[in-house]
Amino acid sequence: MVMGEFKMEADVVVIGAGPGGYVAAIRAADLGKSVIIVEERQKLGGVCLIEGCIPSKTLIHAVELKDDIIHAEEIGLSFKEVGVDLDKLRKWTIKVVDGLTSGIDTLLTKRGVEIVHGHAHFNSNKLLAVEGVGEIEFKNAIIATGSSLNKLPEGYVDSVWSSSDALKLPFVPENLLVVGGGYIGLEMGLVYSGLGSKVTMVEFMPHLLMGADQDMVRVVVKHAKKKFENIMTDSKVTEVVEKKGGGYKVTIEHNNESKTLEFDQVLVAIGRRPNTFGIGLENTNIKVNDRGFIVVDEEGRTSEPNIFAIGDVTPGPMLAHKASREGKVAAEVIGGEKAAFDNRTIPAVVFTDPELAWTGLTEQEAEKEGIPYKLGKFPLTALGRAKSIGKTDGFVKILAEPDTNLVLGMGIVGPSASELIAEGTLAIEMGATLEDLIVSIHPHPTISESIMEAAEMAAGVPVHTLPPRKNK
Amino acid sequence: MFEFKLPDLGEGIHEGEVLKWYVKVGEDIKEDEPLMDVETDKAAVTIPSPRGGRVSKLNGDVGEVVHVGDVVAVISEGGEAVAPSDTTPKQEKKDEPVVTAPAMQQQPASTGGNGKTTSVPPPEYGGRPVPAAPATRRLAREMGVDLRLVSPSGPGGRVTPDDVRVFASGDQQTTASGAEGVTSQETESKEVAETVNFEAGSSNIPFLELEPLPDFSLEGPVETEAVRSIRRKIAKKMVTSMVLVPHVAHMDDADVTNIEKFRKEAKQSRAGMKGEKLTLLPFVMKAVIAAMREFPSFNASLDPFKQEIIYKKYYNLGFAADTPRGLVVPVVKGADKKNILTISDEIRDLAISAREGTLDVAAMREGTFTITNVGPLGGKNLIPTINYPEVAILGMGRVEERPVVRNGEIVIRSILPLSMAFDHRIADGADAARFVTMVIHLLSDPKNLLLEA
Repeated sequence: MVMGEFKMEADVVVIGAGPGGYVAAIRAADLGKSVIIVEERQKLGGVCLIEGCIPSKTLIHAVELKDDIIHAEEIGLSFKEVGVDLDKLRKWTIKVVDGLTSGIDTLLTKRGVEIVHGHAHFNSNKLLAVEGVGEIEFKNAIIATGSSLNKLPEGYVDSVWSSSDALKLPFVPENLLVVGGGYIGLEMGLVYSGLGSKVTMVEFMPHLLMGADQDMVRVVVKHAKKKFENIMTDSKVTEVVEKKGGGYKVTIEHNNESKTLEFDQVLVAIGRRPNTFGIGLENTNIKVNDRGFIVVDEEGRTSEPNIFAIGDVTPGPMLAHKASREGKVAAEVIGGEKAAFDNRTIPAVVFTDPELAWTGLTEQEAEKEGIPYKLGKFPLTALGRAKSIGKTDGFVKILAEPDTNLVLGMGIVGPSASELIAEGTLAIEMGATLEDLIVSIHPHPTISESIMEAAEMAAGVPVHTLPPRKNK
Repeated sequence: MFEFKLPDLGEGIHEGEVLKWYVKVGEDIKEDEPLMDVETDKAAVTIPSPRGGRVSKLNGDVGEVVHVGDVVAVISEGGEAVAPSDTTPKQEKKDEPVVTAPAMQQQPASTGGNGKTTSVPPPEYGGRPVPAAPATRRLAREMGVDLRLVSPSGPGGRVTPDDVRVFASGDQQTTASGAEGVTSQETESKEVAETVNFEAGSSNIPFLELEPLPDFSLEGPVETEAVRSIRRKIAKKMVTSMVLVPHVAHMDDADVTNIEKFRKEAKQSRAGMKGEKLTLLPFVMKAVIAAMREFPSFNASLDPFKQEIIYKKYYNLGFAADTPRGLVVPVVKGADKKNILTISDEIRDLAISAREGTLDVAAMREGTFTITNVGPLGGKNLIPTINYPEVAILGMGRVEERPVVRNGEIVIRSILPLSMAFDHRIADGADAARFVTMVIHLLSDPKNLLLEA
């Protein structure tokens, strides 16, 4: 087919079927719009579903389960050796992804959303060309093209793994170097160490997970140190050379000293960039900031009033749940509703062992910006449920406004942190006070009680810890 | 430099009168501190400053009308940050607690830095959003309400959906910045006194002397309430009308037996349809319009400055509506072009909005004649006050069955007492008698109305 041969029309065209795009398409269709969604890949779901969140969490679950089984000896259960069938694990992951992908297909097609596959670019603010398909004339467009892995820095060879490569489980290297101590690097490092690799981690910054409060990161690092061969912070990879017959020679610089180590594989997890190039933005008036993100207002509207942008192509954290919410907002605005992305917080979750999650104000932000706060920090060692499952490393902390007790932030490190953080997000969005968290009954015995306890500590009325001594 | 434009004050309100400035040019203001009070037709609103800095210009004297979108203040940014030596002691004090304190040791502050008790201490740092649940935020967006202007009733300064609705209805008088959340009654009455430039003593009118009121609290317990919003508006209008306009009241009775019978039958047959709530008022409106056509001086205004009478060729009939917030007068515009059923429905809709406080300001403007129907609430008759600058107001008493003499016999008829106050500058007693007589004639039989209205 020749381009431009086929012409379609739609009220709304959504570019990209990731967690932002497909949600936007569904909402727009439910609001009575005719919708076309354009996706470059053959599968729907975007990076999140195909080579991000879903497969990585599937693998993390597997290695955690293995870990739990090994540690179950302590509590009186015994197993023969726990083995890993890599082939089966790979197939399981693909099955999970495919199930979800076809689910999205059903959700879209049952609503009459037309799915078009191909690379899209704007010809104007009314016309979108899809390679190999034709042109779409639209009233509104939603750009949800997501992000791609950053290019490899100088000194690397192309055969190193990206996180996407690693998620395909090509093999389990005996010695694996993970470059980048952000959440992707940590999660992938833990997966491969769980599968049997000896993992070394290199991070350029002085700490791992720079965005999170370091008291929380310390708990994670303590555990990671037991699983990893070595964690090198303040260090930089300067050269990666492929050896004849397999493996790599890697030069790492630390404190102006260089040393060369050998690894069977190198995994690079050093961030992502927005997919705002090659989609014809130059044929519109859409403004892009100096870092390549599309500038949008509260409604998700770009500087081209009929075109919206959501998710990783817009400023802010590159997270699927942010994209989904923005997708709903953009679709609702197009549908004539008074929606806006006025969210107070976007929760962040790291699926390490133990899990790490935070929402709202962090202590490091508060200190940097001089925002006064009071803190309640409840250790899991004082919690019945944590003791009974043998996972007492971690804590819940809550930041509140000193005068009003309004909940400003929450941080959790410990089992199920990823699930528990939702309560903190709800509290912040609702404008809840510490009293709201204290008075609401939290079921016993659960890890969620630690949120109530931390709120009590922040308010100065703790039950399961001793109140602060009144000296000074 | 930041030019602060008067923000949207709520649905349909485009202007307001400056009641008070909280700062002077050259003074510093903090973000979210009250900047000005503006009185609209619906409510007095305290507008907080959206930025901190030094006030370099204020536009609009007290008493002047400012419009939405007008630049009301110019604030130089960073005023307090760059000039610490200039800051007043009050502000320095307030700045102190911003230092991060160690956890667990902070005491909840009960008073602000300047010792003034506030219900909701304003945040010490700028830009944090108003606490409100997502659904409340959505509601505010839909109603076009700026959450920063709403007085919160929830804990921790949380704005509830009801707070938003109350604000939108124009009931709420002060704002969220918290500082003025609970002003003492004393200060509030003082504010009003300042606003109207009240000065006890003699006036320009001979024998009229305004003496300060005695302290009633010496006699027994009292409660005070600021004259604000609708109350203030009513007070202004009534005093103007009573002082300026020589009122004369003309009274008579209308026999509405036939028209009431007709109305009740019509009403019964219209259940679930247009005009299902048919009342006597639209009939009276129609009769009044016919009489106004005949006697144009009752659809006029007198301009005391130009010394001329303006005769209006359009007929916008207001009706007094009792609401929880006080009297408002919604207007049925172009009532001469509408039939009785249409007017009936319009009256019902306007009355509902008036009661709920959602009446658009525009719906209360441009009346040319007002009818007040206090009858249903009781009372035989009344002497209404003209809704200045209109020329007349017709009061409807209670329709009652009364024994009357017709053709030498005593019969029972439904009688509507009418009482019209009019501006004696424009019309004379004889004109009023003719006007009311015509209205009575038209109301005596639906056929008359059919022929002339």
